[in-house]
Amino acid sequence: MKRIYFDNNATTPIHPEVFDAMLPYLKDEFGNPSSIHWAGRNTRKVIDEAREKVARLLNCDVGEIIFTSCGSEGDNLAIKGLVESKRDKGNHIITTKVEHPAVLTTCKYLAKTGFDVTFLDVDNQGMLDLDQLKKAITPKTILITIMFANNETGVIFPIEEIGRIAKEHNITFHTDAVQGVGKVPIDVKKLNIDLLTLSGHKLYAPKGVGAIYVKRGVRLVPLIHGGHQERNRRGGTENTAGIVALGKACEIAHRDMEQEIKHLTALRDRLEKGLMGKIPHARLNGHPKNRIPNTANISFEFAEGESILLNLDMKGIAASSGSACTSGTLEPSHVLVAMGVSMEASHSSVRFSLGRGNTVEDVDYVLEVLPPIVEKMRSMSPLYSAATGGAANISFTESGSCSH
Amino acid sequence: MYSEKVMDHFSNPRNVGEIENPDGVGTVGNPACGDIMKLSIKIEGDVIKDVKFKTFGCGAAIATSSMVTELVKGKHLDEAEEISNNTVADALGGLPPVKMHCSNLAADALHAAIEDYKKKHTK
Repeated sequence: MKRIYFDNNATTPIHPEVFDAMLPYLKDEFGNPSSIHWAGRNTRKVIDEAREKVARLLNCDVGEIIFTSCGSEGDNLAIKGLVESKRDKGNHIITTKVEHPAVLTTCKYLAKTGFDVTFLDVDNQGMLDLDQLKKAITPKTILITIMFANNETGVIFPIEEIGRIAKEHNITFHTDAVQGVGKVPIDVKKLNIDLLTLSGHKLYAPKGVGAIYVKRGVRLVPLIHGGHQERNRRGGTENTAGIVALGKACEIAHRDMEQEIKHLTALRDRLEKGLMGKIPHARLNGHPKNRIPNTANISFEFAEGESILLNLDMKGIAASSGSACTSGTLEPSHVLVAMGVSMEASHSSVRFSLGRGNTVEDVDYVLEVLPPIVEKMRSMSPLYSAATGGAANISFTESGSCSH
Repeated sequence: MYSEKVMDHFSNPRNVGEIENPDGVGTVGNPACGDIMKLSIKIEGDVIKDVKFKTFGCGAAIATSSMVTELVKGKHLDEAEEISNNTVADALGGLPPVKMHCSNLAADALHAAIEDYKKKHTK
């Protein structure tokens, strides 16, 4: 059976060049980078080289990169570390309703421990209102944390302007750029970013490694106290193989970016246009233009997301959905709900996130396979009337909240 | 995450559709939750002669709908009323825990359909 992977926003496969680069550090090159002897010297050197590669991709200095274990750790370190260091200056944090759980849950936790948090709305295309951001700022605001690009819709926020607003008010600006780094150019200086989170396994490095950018002068209280690693900002013996892999992945992203943007945009647009053209009652979730090049989020009304995914999986196609069934909760995607997408349409959403390995043939296979799947699910749906090709009139003998 | 039996009923659902001039119809669920089931039944002499379903929902919602139609076809109403959501889940070889609450509504749809029949019948 064909295997087509359209879930690259969840995780990416390891790039073969990345795999080759990291392999020696899982075998012979085992030394602790803090050791002074022969075993440690080389691992120290390759970690320094990896740091340079990450810094080059973001246009920052090597001293401004801290390696972490994942995106969630990076977000926690940036947010908790910053607010704790600035606690005497204020207790107000501004974020959005559509952040990744690593930011959202961290902010909700902080709200329980004495911080005030403002969660900004988005419009029906997933975009922010910068006036709302400006109005939310108070003399006690110490941190603005707003994602670079949304993992579900791919919508890119106006980071440079947010950074400028933060700068004008002397507020630290953190961005969770896990879905942006490697996909689009990010220059932390130009974009006025103070703190940025990235994750290795979203850009063809393995799971278990990430990094944050910390602008010189921004102080963080460590999350992991320990040794002197990462300039005392993150204790723990370095994950040499993972760090080498991340460095290599950043080098490749830098090298191939222009070409990958073209490749992914063309494939994504072909997929999107094809599906919207072939399947009635399909609607795009998110701003049509202002997006990372690899993501398409479409609701196929009257067909439920998990059912579509299971059918796609049986045909070898891996994708994702914002339905409650796939979020592991009883509620559909918080991102789509914040955008004002109806509950029904949220449950009907499918996210396709493309990656470097995908081809035109992959896209065309999905275009061939998906329309009959949606048709089959609709023919079974009491919400859909085959006679009218639209919504069916249906009355319920029982309805209520989702927490039955 | 789903058993083979669930996937079998999901991929090849039994008794999909709507009965013309049904004796009873039950619709349960909530579009907001992502699961809606509509079950229609044909009754002859207190026996369920035919049963069909239409469902908008996840794999578990479709599989439980399909399974309940298999379980009740040809059964006396008294027997059908004994069937619970748990009976349906057991017949499918179990459901993932998170699905036991949100998508295991097929027996509720059946009971709603029987109730609808009884209401009409006593009039």
